[in-house]
Amino acid sequence: MKLTGLTLAGVLVAGAALANVVSPDEVTFGEYGEVEASLTGSDGDAEKGREIFSEKSQGNCVSCHALAALPDVPFQGEVGPVLDGVGGYRSAAEIRGILVNAKKTFEGTVMPSFYKTSGFTRPGDGYTGKAPSGPIEPILSAQDVEDVVAFLMTLQD
Amino acid sequence: MLFRTMTVAAAMLALTAPMSAAGGADDDVLVINEDIEITTKAAASPLLDGHLDEVISGWHFRDDDTQAMEMDDFDNPGMIFVDQAIEVWNTAEGSEGKSCADCHGAPEEMAGVRAVYPKWNEDAGEVRTMQMQINSCRTERMGAEAWKYDAAPAINMEALLASVSRGMPVNVATDGPAAETWEKGKEMYYTRYGLLELSCANCHEQNYGNYIRADHLSQGQINAFPAYRLKNAKLNGVHDRFKGCIRDTRAETFSPGSPEFVALELYVASRGNGLDVEGPSVRN
Ligand code: HEC
Ligand code: HEC
Repeated sequence: MKLTGLTLAGVLVAGAALANVVSPDEVTFGEYGEVEASLTGSDGDAEKGREIFSEKSQGNCVSCHALAALPDVPFQGEVGPVLDGVGGYRSAAEIRGILVNAKKTFEGTVMPSFYKTSGFTRPGDGYTGKAPSGPIEPILSAQDVEDVVAFLMTLQD
Repeated sequence: MLFRTMTVAAAMLALTAPMSAAGGADDDVLVINEDIEITTKAAASPLLDGHLDEVISGWHFRDDDTQAMEMDDFDNPGMIFVDQAIEVWNTAEGSEGKSCADCHGAPEEMAGVRAVYPKWNEDAGEVRTMQMQINSCRTERMGAEAWKYDAAPAINMEALLASVSRGMPVNVATDGPAAETWEKGKEMYYTRYGLLELSCANCHEQNYGNYIRADHLSQGQINAFPAYRLKNAKLNGVHDRFKGCIRDTRAETFSPGSPEFVALELYVASRGNGLDVEGPSVRN
């Protein structure tokens, strides 16, 4: 099981222009928590970003954020602000920074950090309730983050 | 029976004519069996340091159908397990040949007990939850085996003891020798666990009334436990609920009956001081 997971992750990383991927510990933040450079060195895929945003098993952003652009996704949450038009009032760098580690932009925010692998209290192995058996993977991969950034940038009012 | 519940529900709808703010706690009134009035909203105790103005039972965050099931013992599936526990209460077990009833009389004699647990036990020098106390009776006075934490026999008995305290205010002591355990529980309540870095307070203090995906967040009070959940069709214990909530932060969780969850139970119970005992409740 574990082995398959690792192998799969390996393949995915290798597929995504390995050389240019910024690891979670290497991300540089600007003064307001923004991250200028793409984590993969290239643009994300907005269509895939839409899926990651909506899927429970992936970003599950809709659990906290509502989005009129996703009329087919039921049960959109209210914990975070509605993100309609966010690509109009936020830059890609700001959105990337919020996704990587929202606490750098909003101190103490409830929003989780999606591209982070250290500094947790009792990190678990997914939703099993158990301790991780290997190194901690970020909730989203560098490619996932870029895909979601690309998707949110399409939301212009 | 069903008709009666529906009538009550309909009457309540009329009562709450000006709808409460979308998503928040509703203004319904909980009366069980048209007899036991339950205080489901109360002024927050000073223990909350002003973090909440009002404490609110989770009942107010459930939909009308789920709420109605708790308003009549014939509609509350949790009461089936209470009936099972009454039988156990009266059955002798263990090397001493004693039943609970031999020492305590009728279950009704225990009215008020659930309301003050978890509670410091002087002889044992520890804070005990209801289930720990039940197990101490079983092992020390009955010569019977301890029940597994939050497993059916234990949770059913806890539900019986809750049911006879319904309508009595939760009044858990947090000072004196219990203070150290309480502080430990408080620290846990505000600890941001797991890969999602979420604390109990992030969801149940900062965001109660909001939806998180399909779930309507309550204050996470435990006055209504054990809870019959429609989701798994059985009674659920406080520690099982804590375990699930911490697991959902993508954390390594704690085990039912662990010292951590005993401390957290004391702290969370005290946050509900002033709300009435409501278990066994019905939740989704
Ligand atoms: C557990 C709740 C939660 C989850 C899950 C969550 N967010 Fe957030 N998000 C928030 C909150 C709360 C804020 C508001 C920031 C603050 O002031 O604390 C926020 C703010 C934001 C903002 C800034 C909006 C603005 O008005 O500036 C963006 C963009 C955002 N989130 C995107 C996402 C994306 C994309 C995901 C999923 C990959 C996500 N969020 C998942 C709670 C969440
Ligand atoms: C990611 C969000 C989240 C976190 C963090 C969380 N919970 Fe919950 N909790 C929920 C949801 C969703 C429910 C089901 C709806 C409800 O009753 O609030 C729930 C239900 C509960 C209930 C049942 C309330 C009732 O009336 O039936 C209790 C008790 C509870 N939580 C306690 C806790 C405690 C204690 C912690 C911290 C150890 C915690 N929760 C952390 C989301 C969360």
